[in-house]
Amino acid sequence: MISIFLMTTLALVACKKDTAMQYDPNVKSEITLEFDNVAGDKELQLNTGSYTNASGQTFNVSLLQYFISNISLTTADGRVYTVPQLESYFLVKEQDVASQKIKLMVPEGEYTSVSFMIGVDSLRSTRPIGERPGVLDPANYPAGHEGMYWSWNAGYIFYKMEGTSAAAPADPTGNRKFRFHIGLFGGMTAPTINNIKMNTIELTANGTAKVKTGRKPVVHFLHDILKTMGGTTNVDLAANSTVMVSPFSANIANNYVKAFAHEHTHNE
Amino acid sequence: MKHQWLSFLWAGALAWVLLGCAKSVSPAADGKFTGFVAPANFPKPVYDIPAYPVTQAGFELGRKLFYDARLSRDNTISCGSCHIQGAAFTHHGHDVSHGIEDRLGKRNAPALQNMAWYTSFMWDGGVGHLDMQPIAPIENPVEMDESLASVIAKLKASADYPPLFEKAFGSRDISSARMLQAMSQFMNMLVSANSKYDRVMRKEGDSFTADEQAGYELFKARCATCHQEPLFTNQQFMNNGIGIGPNDDKGRYDISLIEKDKYTFKVPSLRNVMITAPYMHDGRLRTIDAVLRHYAEEVQASPNLAPGLNSGGRLGIPLTANERLRIKAFLATLTDDSFIRNPAFAEQ
Repeated sequence: MISIFLMTTLALVACKKDTAMQYDPNVKSEITLEFDNVAGDKELQLNTGSYTNASGQTFNVSLLQYFISNISLTTADGRVYTVPQLESYFLVKEQDVASQKIKLMVPEGEYTSVSFMIGVDSLRSTRPIGERPGVLDPANYPAGHEGMYWSWNAGYIFYKMEGTSAAAPADPTGNRKFRFHIGLFGGMTAPTINNIKMNTIELTANGTAKVKTGRKPVVHFLHDILKTMGGTTNVDLAANSTVMVSPFSANIANNYVKAFAHEHTHNE
Repeated sequence: MKHQWLSFLWAGALAWVLLGCAKSVSPAADGKFTGFVAPANFPKPVYDIPAYPVTQAGFELGRKLFYDARLSRDNTISCGSCHIQGAAFTHHGHDVSHGIEDRLGKRNAPALQNMAWYTSFMWDGGVGHLDMQPIAPIENPVEMDESLASVIAKLKASADYPPLFEKAFGSRDISSARMLQAMSQFMNMLVSANSKYDRVMRKEGDSFTADEQAGYELFKARCATCHQEPLFTNQQFMNNGIGIGPNDDKGRYDISLIEKDKYTFKVPSLRNVMITAPYMHDGRLRTIDAVLRHYAEEVQASPNLAPGLNSGGRLGIPLTANERLRIKAFLATLTDDSFIRNPAFAEQ
């Protein structure tokens, strides 16, 4: 009796291991892309955490938020699913944990790579107000630091990081702040600086995402702000404490596009 | 009996007021709302009117918003404060405008007209769609110093707006999209195309005087490269040689960061130019004579000077005193009385 039970168990385990999971591409199921902001090997802690950049300057971060948009996912057998564009704009905020988990409904399948834009595409940046819902609506940003839209140079701020550093020059109030407001979509007419960045991240090495009804896979990305501060260009907070509409913004965008990495995937 | 007579009088007065109101809300002379009509001598509008048509209720809501000081932080300044209809929606007599708490800006309030044909807005072209334009003055600290979110909150909390949004959009929901679309409807209706120039061009019975005709010929030969008909702007960004101002305003460069854009500003339309003094991006020239003298005698070398203002080292556009008089006579034909007097465009 016991042996029959054991045999059955073994058979079931063997079955589960040997048979490839069956996916139905005509059925959609949930996947979560989680954006976890870190500073090197530390979790990012707003205001209280102290970090050191590649230039040896100590700083803390008071605000971090960025747009993730135009998401597409690719399966092992090469099927590409592009999230419908108007459902594909997300604003990730460090101070809002829910905003860091992007839930999508995608066709069942084993996904091996994820592509996304950091920022807002140029076409959307030229559309009428009625075609800018949700996080794209300039009325949906709280007044003050959390705004993600420039009204005077009409366009979205793609990536915003603010904080303080002893290395930054004192402003008239005596504060030593740094402010990175990175935007610029390439201009309405003549081509201007374009800081729109696409990122494709392979999942195979650290765990593909198995999207199937009944499962809730979570793809866990890390965004390392130390890489925003240093990488292709090491930012000197003494010289570049305020980076907004300036050519230097391209250096920071080139840094942060490489600051996203895949940590692991939960396939429960 | 006496009371009845009085109430009859009141009813009559009320009817008169209501009729008066009803008449004054329509852009058309006969009192009927026409919607947006592109003039026969104009190209196709840039704004997607078929997708976002103008309705009477939307237009009237947009007009109310345009003249509402609640768009500013301390509820003191409306769009109409600096864009006055009688001066073709400029701030007549002000070199630069003052926002809330008398804060001064750095640029002259431009005329609001024919915006449905504009590819960009502001002196530096920083705004690319008419819907997004009002956010700039609302959020500029030296203009209205308010946030769009806060304006929406004020409108939602008001007694007067929800029914007007319902009338215009079918429900009492107030959103930035509806608010800005209504403002675009009002602004799209601000079409100035009934000047003497237009009536001559459309062969509606008017004709130029000899001086006006001579001025028109001079204008076409010397000014029209930038001030292209029928909008009287090519919508490009040019340095017209007025010299770098004391605040070193780099104009278009602040938006584009392109070296060749330094000290360039959007070519303004010359429609209604005789009533929109002072002139230039910072309002430094007080009269049209000063403007013509500038082009004839005072153009200064500076980076990115418009190529048409430098012919083999000679700066400016040669214009004799007589030629200037004739050009002025022509420019006066661009004044559109029906536009600046249209009661439908005024604060109600």
